[in-house]
Amino acid sequence: MHLAYPAVLSALLFCTGLYGVLARRNAILVLMSVELMLNAVNLNLVAFDVWLSRTAEETLHSGQALTLFTIAIAAAEIGIGLAIVLAVHRNRGTADIDKLRDTAEGHGPDDRDDSDSEAPPAEQAARSGRTGKAEATA
Amino acid sequence: MTLAQEAHGFLSPTGVEIAFLLVGLLTFGAAIVTVTTKQLVHAALWLVVALGGLAVEYLLLTAEFIAWVQVLIYVGSVVVLLLFGLMLTRAPIGRSPDADSGNRWAALVVALAAAAALVWVVVDAFRTTWVDLDGPAAGSTEATGASLFQNWVLPFEALSVLLLAALVGAIVLSRKAKAESSSPPVNSRAVTGGSPSVPDSRNHPIGRKGAVSGTGSARETEAASGTAATGGTAATTGTESAKGIGSAQRAEAATETESAKEIQTPKETDSAEQEGAR
Repeated sequence: MHLAYPAVLSALLFCTGLYGVLARRNAILVLMSVELMLNAVNLNLVAFDVWLSRTAEETLHSGQALTLFTIAIAAAEIGIGLAIVLAVHRNRGTADIDKLRDTAEGHGPDDRDDSDSEAPPAEQAARSGRTGKAEATA
Repeated sequence: MTLAQEAHGFLSPTGVEIAFLLVGLLTFGAAIVTVTTKQLVHAALWLVVALGGLAVEYLLLTAEFIAWVQVLIYVGSVVVLLLFGLMLTRAPIGRSPDADSGNRWAALVVALAAAAALVWVVVDAFRTTWVDLDGPAAGSTEATGASLFQNWVLPFEALSVLLLAALVGAIVLSRKAKAESSSPPVNSRAVTGGSPSVPDSRNHPIGRKGAVSGTGSARETEAASGTAATGGTAATTGTESAKGIGSAQRAEAATETESAKEIQTPKETDSAEQEGAR
């Protein structure tokens, strides 16, 4: 097999993930795009490891070992990332990364007011639902 | 090398190359749909197709062990985690018009430029390189396990420590936010619910129930929005889904713990398998 096939596929997948990271608005969709980019890197690592293990005298199989490490780190990353997204959603009532502009310069009080005025109804609904559920279970 | 390269042209692809090309087209198409679809749950399901296609590509590259690890961890647990995240952040079931942000055309330009540059460089560099796939598999479980436990033992152990740190981090993130958000309104639950230092054993049955009722209310939302789209039904579905999410929020600590365990468990089975292979 030509090495160009997996290399080109990996480049295309990486750029697809890049587009997703830049263009998506929901935080979980951004995490999915990051997963696509990591998988593109994994495909590159595996393809080059197979190529080098044929041509070299002895090999450490470093590509496949690094692929396993990347997969484990991606799993840890998705766990931590989802915990952060859920915490943000619980506090703000949204997982929309365009609305999280607290540290942005030049958009100080206006956007804060917008987000604050949007947050309370959702929070209120969640609380009422939670108390209703608590009563039901009690 | 030169003889081999003359024997293998791009115009007469082998069977493995044709299979790789077809599966690669499927994978690339699924990835495109994943980043462009307006329906959030469909994006997660197309991501399954893309990751499964990549596992098939690993198999075609004779990296068997990586392929099965890919199926176990990505298709098995990461996508399930993403679906849980979509459910818990109250993702809409139907088409959501604001899935893409306003700078998608700039993002498209950046991505196309990066793709053109990368593909040009890669093809120019590796168009004469031939990967020999015959003979014993380069990525069989035996070869991978031997190299992993002879040359990569220390990074492997460091990785297990990193997974432990990720597990603890996920639990801490979920618990602290949970204590902050649930302490002000519900005093009765604080009385009946026990101390917040031991939430896990109590939260497990509630977690199951919360997750089930969450999906149930999501289905109700889908059905109701399918039949009528007036403002009244929108309000009722909103409260229904809010109720489901509110009950599901308490389950998040338990869910995170389970997911962290889920991340940890395939790793353990991997190492066990590899030691068995040796």
